Amino acid sequence: MTGLYLAGGFTIGGLLFFTRNRRYMFLLILGFLLLQTGFTIYEYAHLNTPELVFFTPDALAVLLLMVLSLISIPAFYHSRVFLISNRDHIRHRAIYFGAMVLLITSISAAYLANHIAVAWIFVEITTLSASALIYHRRNNRSLEGTWKYVFVCAISITLVFIGILFLSFSLPQAVANDLSFAALLKNADRLNLFWLRLAFIFIFTGFTAKLGLVPMFTAGIDAKDKAPSPAGALFSSALVNVGFVGIFRFYGVVAQTPLHSWVNTIILITAFLSVFVASVYILKVKNLKRLFAYSGVEHMGIVMLGIAAGGVGYYGAVLHIVCHALVKSSFFFQMGQVYRVYQSKNVYDVGDYFKYNLHGAIVLLLAFFSASAMPPSGLFISEFMIFRSLFEANHLLILAGVVLLLTVIIWAFAKNIFKLVFSPATGFNDKNLEIIKPVESLSQFVLLALAVYLGLNPPDVFVRLIEEAIHHLPR
Amino acid sequence: MTNVLLIIFTITLLYLGIAHRLLTYIKILAFQGILLFGIAFIELIEIDLANLSFVLLETVIFKTIAIPLFLQYVMKRNRITRDAEPYLPNFMSLIIITLIIISTFLLSNTIPDARISKIYFVVALSTLFTGLFIIASRNKLITHVMGYLVIENGVFILSLAVGTEMPVLVNLGILLDIFASIFLLGIFVNRIGDVLRDVDVDQLSQLKD
Repeated sequence: MTGLYLAGGFTIGGLLFFTRNRRYMFLLILGFLLLQTGFTIYEYAHLNTPELVFFTPDALAVLLLMVLSLISIPAFYHSRVFLISNRDHIRHRAIYFGAMVLLITSISAAYLANHIAVAWIFVEITTLSASALIYHRRNNRSLEGTWKYVFVCAISITLVFIGILFLSFSLPQAVANDLSFAALLKNADRLNLFWLRLAFIFIFTGFTAKLGLVPMFTAGIDAKDKAPSPAGALFSSALVNVGFVGIFRFYGVVAQTPLHSWVNTIILITAFLSVFVASVYILKVKNLKRLFAYSGVEHMGIVMLGIAAGGVGYYGAVLHIVCHALVKSSFFFQMGQVYRVYQSKNVYDVGDYFKYNLHGAIVLLLAFFSASAMPPSGLFISEFMIFRSLFEANHLLILAGVVLLLTVIIWAFAKNIFKLVFSPATGFNDKNLEIIKPVESLSQFVLLALAVYLGLNPPDVFVRLIEEAIHHLPR
Repeated sequence: MTNVLLIIFTITLLYLGIAHRLLTYIKILAFQGILLFGIAFIELIEIDLANLSFVLLETVIFKTIAIPLFLQYVMKRNRITRDAEPYLPNFMSLIIITLIIISTFLLSNTIPDARISKIYFVVALSTLFTGLFIIASRNKLITHVMGYLVIENGVFILSLAVGTEMPVLVNLGILLDIFASIFLLGIFVNRIGDVLRDVDVDQLSQLKD
């Protein structure tokens, strides 16, 4: 089935590039969504059965695959709305949809890959297809965003490759040549620590470009800002999770070795720095999309804090990554409508959103409460777990620092969101305003409600999947 | 013999530090391609013929001929001026690159076991950091691409160190090499030259906070 899915995904993506007929385009996308959903269900039914040697649907992969499939349906819907309202050339539309299908296919494959080199190849393809989406508007600034994204991702992918080479040096001679995660886990106690240390530094740094952590987060910010909002929603949820999968799987291997505490220290430092950098920038940014992107940096920092603290933090981290994907993507979907109303992303140009788009304003408020981890939201539960694990692991100073920074972030975030929703817009002419249909906010409500549901009353299946995803980590 | 080639390779890094003109950079890249061909030939002679010829073709056709020609074409098409425009004086660059080589040399002495020979490690890491340094210290976008190509050469050397045991890693490295360089240069040829005149990083400063 994996082979069928990959062949289907890449064929549909390729066909979309050359389609110039709207009806065919629609049918192809519909076909892809059916394929994606069917594939997700199939993989869930065949948990842990390897296919094509290199792909295993383990619990983490299936969990994230479900999130991806869920987000990809509204992503295509909002893309269609976006392209119609923009009156884009049919050729650009074809490239956009083709790139999006390729992106989703390669993200799914990267989740499923059980071999570090195979995962690496598909991460490379995500860069390729993402850059086509970033360049969609074809102006000076989107070119700048694309160039920076491609360049930083090319360097980061090279760093990951160097890390893989070091990892191959660390294998004992007897079991050489097998770089699948299962083999690495089995031989974890025989790995050479010197090379493993170097390998971890390089692989971790490389994947931070996708995850959006401190050393290489910049390119992701520009990408989420310059790409059309529905693509930005995929970048800030599914693509970020690719980085998480890469780091998490490799962390699982390193955690079995004596390097465990050293690795935790490194992750703790980068995670704290990420939250710090995010809070500094959030105070300053005036562009709403960049604001959401920096909030993503903050949340990934919190996820990594959970991983580094261990214990209940592992569960919290996986829950956080799932809920964050749902909340952050609804932010970006809503942002597309905000832009259509005001023709601007700048905080100074927007305001009184309640008056112009009631449902959208409610979405923004709810999403804000969810993203700042206030009680009904799933992020509250996960963040609470992560803080508890930090407390139990005796990282009290870090905990205090992070809580302080989060207060700053919530204040700055609220200032901008409340300006958008409540204060009157200065110099905004609301004649011939585009009326947004309430149905366009439906998907965001569903995603936000799901984030609440998964946090407050998680179904047994969901809990079992998370627990299986973290069972190999030391308590 | 490999050691001699690797040492010559390291010397080209020093030359890269003091080169003024972009054309010299291109020539150095082509020369590095020839050196890599020699190293790969000596080192990988034991692996099967198909793999070996793939690696050798890549070093000769891609690294030595195609990329330098392509770079020259890009320069001509975008009317890029011939100076490399470093932020630092060349003398400083030379000292920094020397320091990079010395420090990787010292680092290599801390390696506990010798699964790979240390000279590969030293040359590959110093190439990697020299490439990063060139990216950081030069003003033009095209020199950034060249710095990236230098990094790729370093990665290639590192992958040769395990080449006889895991040829698939060498092939993966080549895949990365071809993919990334065509992609970066492709954007360059098609887009940047049309949108921006005389390309340097100062023009890419609108996206910031």
